[in-house]
Amino acid sequence: MSSAVLSTSAAQSRPFVFQTENEAEVCPQIELFSEARPLQRVVPTTFPGAFNFKDAKLASVTSASRLAVRPAPEMVSTGIAVMDALTGGLPRGCLTEICGPASSGRSTLMLSALSAATRRGEYCAVVDASDSLDPPSLAAAGIELDRLLWVRCGENSREAEHRLEQLLRTTDLLLESGGFGMIALDLGDVPPQAARRIPLATWFRFRRAVEPTPTVLLAVERQSIAGSCSSLLIKLASLKLNAPENKASPTPTHAQLLTEVEITAELVRSRMDRKPVRSAEITFTSKTAWAG
Amino acid sequence: MFACIFVPNFPVAAVARAEPELRALALAIFEGKPPMEKVFAVNEGANRAGITPGMTKAQAELCSELTLRPRSLLQESVAHAALLDCAQSFSPCVEDAAADTVILDLAGMESLFGSLPEIARSLFRRAAELGLDGSVAVASNPDAAVLAARGFSGVTVISPGKEGESLGSLPVEVLFTNPCASVQKENDQKKESASLLETLDRWGVRNLQALAALPEIALSERLGQEGLRLQQLARGAASRTLVPVEAPAVFEEAVELEYPIVLLEPLAFLLNRLLEQICARLASRALNTQELRLTLELESFSFSNQPSASNNPQSFRQSEIENWKSKICPIPFHRTLTLPLPMLDPKLFLKLLQLDLNAHPPGAPILKIHLAAEPARPRSAQGGLFLPPSPEPEKLELTLARIAALVGESRVGSLDLLDTHRDEGFRMRRFASGTAQEKHSQKNQSRQISEPAEEKSAIAALRRFRPPLRATVTLENGELARVVCSKKKEVQGSVLWKAGPWRSSGDWWDREAWSRDEWDIALQNAEGIALYRLVHDLLGGNWFVEGTYD
Repeated sequence: MSSAVLSTSAAQSRPFVFQTENEAEVCPQIELFSEARPLQRVVPTTFPGAFNFKDAKLASVTSASRLAVRPAPEMVSTGIAVMDALTGGLPRGCLTEICGPASSGRSTLMLSALSAATRRGEYCAVVDASDSLDPPSLAAAGIELDRLLWVRCGENSREAEHRLEQLLRTTDLLLESGGFGMIALDLGDVPPQAARRIPLATWFRFRRAVEPTPTVLLAVERQSIAGSCSSLLIKLASLKLNAPENKASPTPTHAQLLTEVEITAELVRSRMDRKPVRSAEITFTSKTAWAG
Repeated sequence: MFACIFVPNFPVAAVARAEPELRALALAIFEGKPPMEKVFAVNEGANRAGITPGMTKAQAELCSELTLRPRSLLQESVAHAALLDCAQSFSPCVEDAAADTVILDLAGMESLFGSLPEIARSLFRRAAELGLDGSVAVASNPDAAVLAARGFSGVTVISPGKEGESLGSLPVEVLFTNPCASVQKENDQKKESASLLETLDRWGVRNLQALAALPEIALSERLGQEGLRLQQLARGAASRTLVPVEAPAVFEEAVELEYPIVLLEPLAFLLNRLLEQICARLASRALNTQELRLTLELESFSFSNQPSASNNPQSFRQSEIENWKSKICPIPFHRTLTLPLPMLDPKLFLKLLQLDLNAHPPGAPILKIHLAAEPARPRSAQGGLFLPPSPEPEKLELTLARIAALVGESRVGSLDLLDTHRDEGFRMRRFASGTAQEKHSQKNQSRQISEPAEEKSAIAALRRFRPPLRATVTLENGELARVVCSKKKEVQGSVLWKAGPWRSSGDWWDREAWSRDEWDIALQNAEGIALYRLVHDLLGGNWFVEGTYD
């Protein structure tokens, strides 16, 4: 009996120690050991293949801290360079939350990530709890519409609970189906008190379901509701109006044009690194579709 | 070399194919109009019970173990189509000899399917997969193959030159067997064959060996050309050219029910059986399907004393069946299942049909089920090692059907933008992850490879309120001053900033003409400042908040 160190492709950075019968082929330590000590001194004549496996086993044991290290998830671009610089991108196989009030840029960020995913050739899905997607905005963001599945919750019901139930069941089905590069859950118009009624167990289930897949699970909401289930939490600040008020402005209203919106994003939580993330903030602008 | 597939007792086999659980029972098939119904065919179990063809139905009903079924020409035609499909899956040159017999030319097939015994065994297995327990024979000429298939059960392979020797033990009756002929035809042929058989019997000719040994001249003097033909058949020396038929690519299965089905569960059970048969037939022809058409014939009204599905079928009276069949709803119930890609998975089809029928129930008890599949060539997809993952078409189709059952059919899919400036100018269409999209995206794929670092600036998105929120707008000096939405409390406040109006109109030639002014406004609410799109409907005169820039 001897010990051998093998690593699987699924967990390349997490070595496992196990015992195997076929020691000579898989365990180079046997050869080294037998060279270091003469065979007749260590090994009984009745068992020529035996060796001091205790030392070899100790040599190959990996520390517990290394066993706990999971392979870092693959990061994909959000489509916005400064956001990628802040967060490192969106992690595959993890839940990412984007939260913020109305007009904070949540949808812009979501569409940008979807656009980047479809341009990579991935199929994406948006589960829209409040049926709020604007198709021209999708096209303007550069999303390949053929690759986007849009699920509009809330038929025959304006009740938030019913729409949420549809959203959760649809998400379950999509995660079970697999093959999507990104699944975005749009809870942006769901009141926070209704969204908070989603049991934490549901988010755990989603996290477990998405973990072994290359899917990016993205939740857009007003306030963070998934708790520790989300691997990345991006908080967007409310809009700051830099434009002068019309009363003071000599420019007539029809001569003014909304050309860009300033977005302020803060990285609140990231589980990509072992040490806690330090809150960082960036500001970038998004252009309107007609701004050119 | 030629092979023949023969299904003995074809009317019984056709019914047993539709209801496999009857194979283990004593089964008799009857035909005729009441009260003159007679037993037409019986299986081995019924034969052991003393039931013989020609007995009246009333006599047969005295046997308590017997299961009686009316002759179903529909089932027989479907079984015959399956038999042709079985033969066509091996050879393109197939002769449709009779309802229960097909002959196929095996020339050149050995290099594809192996030796002749292997081909014969494969034919036998394929027929069994299609629900037809037949016998298969291979011989150097078609007629010898037919006689061997009719005379010997299982698989028989006759080496060239040994036809007479192999067929010799068969009784002379095998030359005249045609159990599938209709009553009229049978009467015509019976007279001729009966007289010939009687003559041969008087001569002491009991088997083909004895017939083959008769002197030809003496035989022709007594029985004429027909006698010589029969002798050639008995010697296995008759040679003729195969008359091939092109089997139509029609894949239909149907089942007539003795009692109406009300619940979806028993219907699913029958649909599963039909789907498995259709898929087996499609698979035997190396085809898939892209469209399934389900037709249900419904009862025109419900009966107060109708038997339930749990009633014993044996206790069911044929007169009641006739009574119900006369009350079939004149307009059948149709459902069409269109698939984005050719597929061949009976379980998937069943789930899709179940979901579809759940969403669109027939509304009346079902008397007859007819299922047809539109054949399509199997899709060929070249997988790439470095291609991004995409949903499996079969799984995706089922997922989409389940989501459609949740949120509504029209609320799931991908988008098509319409060539219009009208608000909400889009339509939903079916989402598919197949090759159709691959072609479209190939251009983008190549572009992406050549320009991997293409970076687009973020585009501000609009979140729509569906339906738009009706707003009360206060104007000061002709300018927007305050907006209040009664339905959404956060959308109200003083207008901090505004841009507009931008006027647009269209479809003035149509009833659905539209004309509107748009503003982009900033409102102060409890959470901060938010940007909204405010719309003034110039035709209706109402104000709406259409969405928020987010």
